[in-house]
Amino acid sequence: MTDRPIAATAHEVEHVRKRERRFLFSPWHLVLIPIAIAMLIPLVWMLVTSVQTLNETRQYPPTLVPHSIQWHNYSDVLRLAPFGRWFLNTTIVTVTVVIGNLLFCSLAGYAFARIKFFGREVVFVLVLATLMIPFQVVMIPTFLIVRRLGLIDTLGALIVPNLAGAFGIFLLRQFFRTLPVELEEAARIDGASRIGVLFKIVLPLSGPALATLAVITFLWTWNDFLWPLITIYSPSNYTLQLGLTTFQGAHATITNLLMAANVMSMIPVLLLFFVAQRYFIRGIATTGLKG
Amino acid sequence: MADITFDHVTKAFSGTVFALDDLTLHVPDGEFLILVGPSGCGKTTALRIVAGLERPTMGEVRIGDLSMNGVSPRDRDIAMVFQNYALYPHMTVFRNLAFGLKERRTPKDEIKRRVGEVSAMLGLDELLKRRPAQLSGGQRQRVAMGRALVREPKAFLMDEPLSNLDAKLRVQMRAELKRIHQQLGITTIYVTHDQVEAMTLGERVVVMSAGKAQQIGTPQEVYRKPANLFVAGFIGSPSMNLLRGSVSGGRVVAGDLTIPHGDVGTQDVVVGIRPECFTPSTDGRPTVEFQVDVVEPLGEQVVVHGSVAGSNAQSGAEEFEELPMAVEGSRALVTAVFESAREPSPGDRMRLGVMPERIYLFDAHTGDVIESSGGWASS
Repeated sequence: MTDRPIAATAHEVEHVRKRERRFLFSPWHLVLIPIAIAMLIPLVWMLVTSVQTLNETRQYPPTLVPHSIQWHNYSDVLRLAPFGRWFLNTTIVTVTVVIGNLLFCSLAGYAFARIKFFGREVVFVLVLATLMIPFQVVMIPTFLIVRRLGLIDTLGALIVPNLAGAFGIFLLRQFFRTLPVELEEAARIDGASRIGVLFKIVLPLSGPALATLAVITFLWTWNDFLWPLITIYSPSNYTLQLGLTTFQGAHATITNLLMAANVMSMIPVLLLFFVAQRYFIRGIATTGLKG
Repeated sequence: MADITFDHVTKAFSGTVFALDDLTLHVPDGEFLILVGPSGCGKTTALRIVAGLERPTMGEVRIGDLSMNGVSPRDRDIAMVFQNYALYPHMTVFRNLAFGLKERRTPKDEIKRRVGEVSAMLGLDELLKRRPAQLSGGQRQRVAMGRALVREPKAFLMDEPLSNLDAKLRVQMRAELKRIHQQLGITTIYVTHDQVEAMTLGERVVVMSAGKAQQIGTPQEVYRKPANLFVAGFIGSPSMNLLRGSVSGGRVVAGDLTIPHGDVGTQDVVVGIRPECFTPSTDGRPTVEFQVDVVEPLGEQVVVHGSVAGSNAQSGAEEFEELPMAVEGSRALVTAVFESAREPSPGDRMRLGVMPERIYLFDAHTGDVIESSGGWASS
């Protein structure tokens, strides 16, 4: 009760500080603004190209202002290719992989963080070591395993090998270790099982870490190209990233349609980025720490 | 409800470091038992072993007649209050209180009834919808207590539950804890490093040091009849004055203090004098020359720090006390407590009387109390 006024003052200070910050100019802006523009140019160019005629896309120097806006490029994409199907495939794969990662990485991360078992440290180091191995090295063995499982040319080939990952396990383990262990002890004395502690106490307190993992996994899976390229043959099982290549042939590239398809495939990623921006940036900051 | 037995419980960390060294102890049903000692003495480890959060290296803990070795914390039917309260931050007060009951599949109306009872008892009715972050320290402490009470367990385990409260609130909660225990009569093991809490709350006190129980007894017993130098130095505030001395020819000599005393079978002794056992009136008593350094008026009483001729003995509890100042040459630090009518000034030299029937003698080599010494041992 006594600290009410103090809290209010702190709040006000924060408010004032925020307002000040909005008008504040820093010399850094001289560096950051050009960089931001440089990053935006490809995006703008993609947007512009996606509404140009094919002829305009081939002019040199390139035109950044279209003469007329060809909205029908977008409907052409949907008409010429099973774009909706690819979108659905990508969504199914991405959502399943994200859920799988959240579940399995939580379980493994919690075990590594809190349960003492024989060989824990060794196994954990082995798990971490898989982060150091480039994908190209494990690509063929993984392919052989997936083929044995009879999953080649199915969405399963894209889902099963990615349901859990060393990165997620590591990220969640590090986060779980920062939670006060007394909470878990209290819950166990209160009658919760280990798994109950994880789901009722640890996970509800791990929002930031789970959101980070979800966003990063989403981006990886949504944008993955190489693995779908090797395992998927039938156009009806294509993901968006594979589908986009069909606009790009050895002899001709339909640039305006390719860019229209690109814009559509990016919408979910951009939406996610704006919604989860806070977590996303923090997540990258977290992954930079050794912990 | 149940009694709790420690049967030769030993806990070793990394082979050679003993957090708990062969502790044997019986806590009868309904007792309020205090484990007190400096940090690192093993008291918290003992509590955690009862809770099932640590496994003993050797020996066993029994609750009722059942050995608890290998029994998980959830199956022990005990409740614990943590020093930092460990309230679930994402749950309201109501759900914090109800969590243990829900986990045990208590029917909904029963949960409501019991949470209602406990929150009325602890004055939490208004707070049931709040989250821990919206509570003051004292309120959180009550919720932590409530979470234990609502379970109606066989025993309460409390790990320094009051140490995060400010002094005034701590005294209030101390009284409340005592009231609750008298009301419910549930076996309680209470860990603290604060000897005032130990003395005021405990029916029995276990003074611990270095993983061992130094003495087990009622608060009066550990205060009046300390079993060894450690207990003597640890219990009592300000702590007992300890001076090196020797016994020969029918008297004890420590510095310029001489007290008639029979032979005790050893020459080297430590003389223990409680600060309250000095008196400015010297009539007929053994006396000692006292140099006043610091005077601390406390209202009714005044605490006087100073020095006498001689040298201090160590009890092993000193490093946990605030005081130790440097003493020059062959003088020993001494603290005395008088009524404030006799307030001296810094720099005064005065002769202090000592009540000979209230001194303690300890064997300087073993640290054990010498039984024949007077003190209140005889009263």
